[in-house]
Amino acid sequence: MSSVLKHIIRLILFLFIQVYVLSNVPLLHQYITPYLYFLFILWLPFTINRWHLLLIGFAFGMLIDYFLHTPGLHAAPCTLIAYLRPFLLSLFIAKDSTEQSFSEPSVRSMGWGPYSFYIVILTFLHHSYLIFIEWMQFGSFSYFILKVIATTLLSLVMIFIAEMLFSRKTKK
Amino acid sequence: MRNIFLFIRQYFNLISFLILQIICIVSIAKFSKTHEAFFSTKANEVTGVINSRYNGITKYFNLAKVNQDLALENTRLKNLLKSNIVASDSSIITIVDTLIKDTLNRYRKYTFLPAVVVGNTVSLESNFITLERGSKQGVKPEMGVVGPNGIIGKVVSVSDNYSVVMSLLNRNSKISAMFKRGKEQYAENVEWDGNNSDYLVMRKVSKAVDVKKGDTIVTSRYSPSFPSSLMIGTIDKIEKDDEENTYSLRIKTSTNFRTIQHVNIIVNHYFTEQHQLDSLTRKQHFNLGQ
Repeated sequence: MSSVLKHIIRLILFLFIQVYVLSNVPLLHQYITPYLYFLFILWLPFTINRWHLLLIGFAFGMLIDYFLHTPGLHAAPCTLIAYLRPFLLSLFIAKDSTEQSFSEPSVRSMGWGPYSFYIVILTFLHHSYLIFIEWMQFGSFSYFILKVIATTLLSLVMIFIAEMLFSRKTKK
Repeated sequence: MRNIFLFIRQYFNLISFLILQIICIVSIAKFSKTHEAFFSTKANEVTGVINSRYNGITKYFNLAKVNQDLALENTRLKNLLKSNIVASDSSIITIVDTLIKDTLNRYRKYTFLPAVVVGNTVSLESNFITLERGSKQGVKPEMGVVGPNGIIGKVVSVSDNYSVVMSLLNRNSKISAMFKRGKEQYAENVEWDGNNSDYLVMRKVSKAVDVKKGDTIVTSRYSPSFPSSLMIGTIDKIEKDDEENTYSLRIKTSTNFRTIQHVNIIVNHYFTEQHQLDSLTRKQHFNLGQ
């Protein structure tokens, strides 16, 4: 299966899961909102052009916004993590060896330590920025801090489950 | 000049990142100020079509509950029919006149339009509901929406065949409400605190008002979008505010927002007139104040 087709199918799956499943579960608590869609951006290939990555991040965020009727709210953090992703990746991987033998970030291509660090940092940044924008519209400071922590933890659990359920073939 | 081009080339990614961020922030600010249809109506049509396909699958799961709700509503409405009430001695039956103007010179103020829910969220901070009925079928922004068990929200944007409703479960939603019991009809706004999709809050209720747990909260006469006395919910908990002399009420919604399928859009035939007069007066007073 071609890589482009694989990522398009992934995009549609993430979009539908976020809009029709995760946004429809009743709230567990005020501070916990399930988010998983941004994993699409974290799973994009290593070799993607940085400018294309930015545009994909923005377009994907806007697509989510179209469905949830919140213009810009999800597009802004998506663009942020798409911008920061290459910097983080260049910290963790040996450019030549990893990029030649693997196609995208995963436990196998980067190892448990660096991969979880990469996921945790970007998840935290995405949620902080998203909830920061919400906080500008309403809410208090404790709302901001607690919601960032609780929502990040829930997302990390869901990402962990997704990693366990779907073992991705990332070898080239 | 060459240096400028070099600079742009060197920081091309950073510059495009900043431009995209600015686009996002501007659209957030614009939308949260006006709640108007920021997205083109075309986009609403596309997501509306996908939503209605999806709804076609999921609506079967709630069918039993929806049927029960509709049956109960039918019974309640049948009990309200005027033909049920018969004068005791002269046995004359009053017949309901469905004309827009009846012989006693009374005008119809509200009309109800049925609509199907095709998209709904409950777990976000700002939840919206998509209905399969749009401007071609007579829906306009600011119209109220009511379900079988109580009010749902207000229409905020409309495309040709779909409309988007700001649900009561939205941080920006404010509905004027009053108590069904009691004579003074004290009106206050009902809001959502983002906490639980079963509860709304009513803040700053004066302690002079006599409230009890279990009292019914209904829409007030002040909102042009809703007729008065439509069900919103019942009081679940009364909390005293520490500093001020007021109560905060937690209200259990009568509607279960997770299972709504069929709703009615309320058309107020005098909406434009009331709204125009209102905004005109505000404008005049604003000018006087300057």
